[in-house]
Amino acid sequence: MNPESILETSAFELGRALHDRTLTSVEICSAFIQQVEAVDATVQAFLQLDPGSVLEAAAASDARWSRGKQRSPLDGLPVGIKDVIAIEGAPLTCASRILEAFTAPYASTAGNRLLEAGLIPFGRLNMDEFAMGSSTENSAFRKTTNPWNPENAPGGSSGGSAAAVAARECPWSLGSDTGGSIRQPAAFCGVVGLKPTYGRVSRFGLVAFASSLDQIGPIGRSVEDVAALLDVIDGHDPLDSTSWPDPSESASEALQLDHQPGVIGLPGEYFGDGIDPEVLASVNRVAEAYREMGYEIRPISLPHTDLAVPTYYIIATAEASSNLARYDGVRYTRRAESAANGIDLYFQSRGEGFGEEVKRRIILGSYVLSSGYYDAYYKRAQQVRTLIQADFLEAFRGVDAILTPTTPSPAFRLGEKTGDPLSMYLADIFTISVNLAGLPALSMPCGLSSAGLPIGFQLIGQPFAEGRLLQIAKDWESAHPFTARPGPVTRAS
Amino acid sequence: MQESPGVDIEKLARLSRIKLTEKEKGAFSAQVTDILGFFQKLQDVDVEGISPMAHPFEAAAPLRKDVPGTPWEPGRALRNAPASRGNQVIVPKVIEDV
Repeated sequence: MNPESILETSAFELGRALHDRTLTSVEICSAFIQQVEAVDATVQAFLQLDPGSVLEAAAASDARWSRGKQRSPLDGLPVGIKDVIAIEGAPLTCASRILEAFTAPYASTAGNRLLEAGLIPFGRLNMDEFAMGSSTENSAFRKTTNPWNPENAPGGSSGGSAAAVAARECPWSLGSDTGGSIRQPAAFCGVVGLKPTYGRVSRFGLVAFASSLDQIGPIGRSVEDVAALLDVIDGHDPLDSTSWPDPSESASEALQLDHQPGVIGLPGEYFGDGIDPEVLASVNRVAEAYREMGYEIRPISLPHTDLAVPTYYIIATAEASSNLARYDGVRYTRRAESAANGIDLYFQSRGEGFGEEVKRRIILGSYVLSSGYYDAYYKRAQQVRTLIQADFLEAFRGVDAILTPTTPSPAFRLGEKTGDPLSMYLADIFTISVNLAGLPALSMPCGLSSAGLPIGFQLIGQPFAEGRLLQIAKDWESAHPFTARPGPVTRAS
Repeated sequence: MQESPGVDIEKLARLSRIKLTEKEKGAFSAQVTDILGFFQKLQDVDVEGISPMAHPFEAAAPLRKDVPGTPWEPGRALRNAPASRGNQVIVPKVIEDV
């Protein structure tokens, strides 16, 4: 297989080639390193990549395969890592100046499980600072561009993770999703992104933004790949007290099972005003395609949908203001040089170290938690959160999955929303309810706009029913494979 | 609580322990006022008797058994500290002279 074919091959198929000894890990990793060297000056998805250590790990994997001692069928495949997930000894900056020189002193559980399966961490991927944003423009270090058009945003906050997969710079990656940060960039970049059920993947070693919403998940170019990567990282972890204690079913095995078409709910609230007509038409075509495959399409209502954005931004900023209090200039690498005393040290280190959006969210969080406003904002938002979750649980009494657009429009242009934080917050309107309710959801590509930008649809599943969700996604993928490729960064093979 | 509340940006910066530039104070005042106005939407919801949700699945959150583990070498914990000596982080003077 030549290097360009390697780039176009799914991770699952690359694993098979490793097993058949028709490819080596060194060949695979070298092909992706070359692709990063060829296109990342434009895409700018990577904050860091150390080809030497990747190739060293690849050679060690090849040696394991030769001895029949491979750690898993995926041993030797590279995985891009969002720079918010700790890998021991690797940089961990969260795309923030305040952690610019930070090296992870321990590994995340998800990261450790990759290593235990023989997978190779492949660089540090760009993101919005501390995962706060929807375009990756809040990174302190680089502006990632959309592989389909460098004038457009890759989405965020896992913009680097989605762009790198779309640009064939790695076969798959890990991102994190607090309000849509895996699914929205997956939709903008034309790849598959899954946010697992809250509690399915350990958050240990994921730098905390909003602890009751954050979840690590896989991004790939096929349903099969996303299922396989979920199976590597998920499962109970005693180091995360919110990790779900029951063993979860294998998502990859679920894909092998025979299954019947089921019932898909279409919530009217997600198909109203303000949606780009091309997105609307595209997602309606997806519903029609499911009907043709034998699914029943049933209109449903999620009546508290219009409260999700304010509820989310109250809860997420409150939790962020508390979680980010630890960056005080004392323990984590960056300290203001000119501070005269301990209190000044906090104010100046945080003033210099945090970017604009992070400061804005900490300030909002301080407001909604402050004396006199706590009940009116934070507590009330937690109550509305209960109502939003109840909407979904009620809907799931009659449907297997819920179909919506992932985003109101295809990728917006870089710079288009940076001056107006509220309009950026509204870019998450279809994804954040899922985090509030703790549900699994994925984004699948379903076509291109007339401007040549990907459009994604979202499927929302029942708690811990990722297997069923992926089966339904796979039915779509098998009938309507997404074969378009981002022209600017891939060459004809 | 129906109208959008005013914002004392100095107080919020103090609560947040963040030194803001004058430009940031101006921009954040306006933006935070806007966003809080948007949050007002929740004030019209009837939440009487609805329990607040802190985590999506409350059944989770078991505690680990209380057994001693192996602590880190102090050097590992201090590796990222901006200034340290021996097993301690150095900070500027916190207590004023009397």
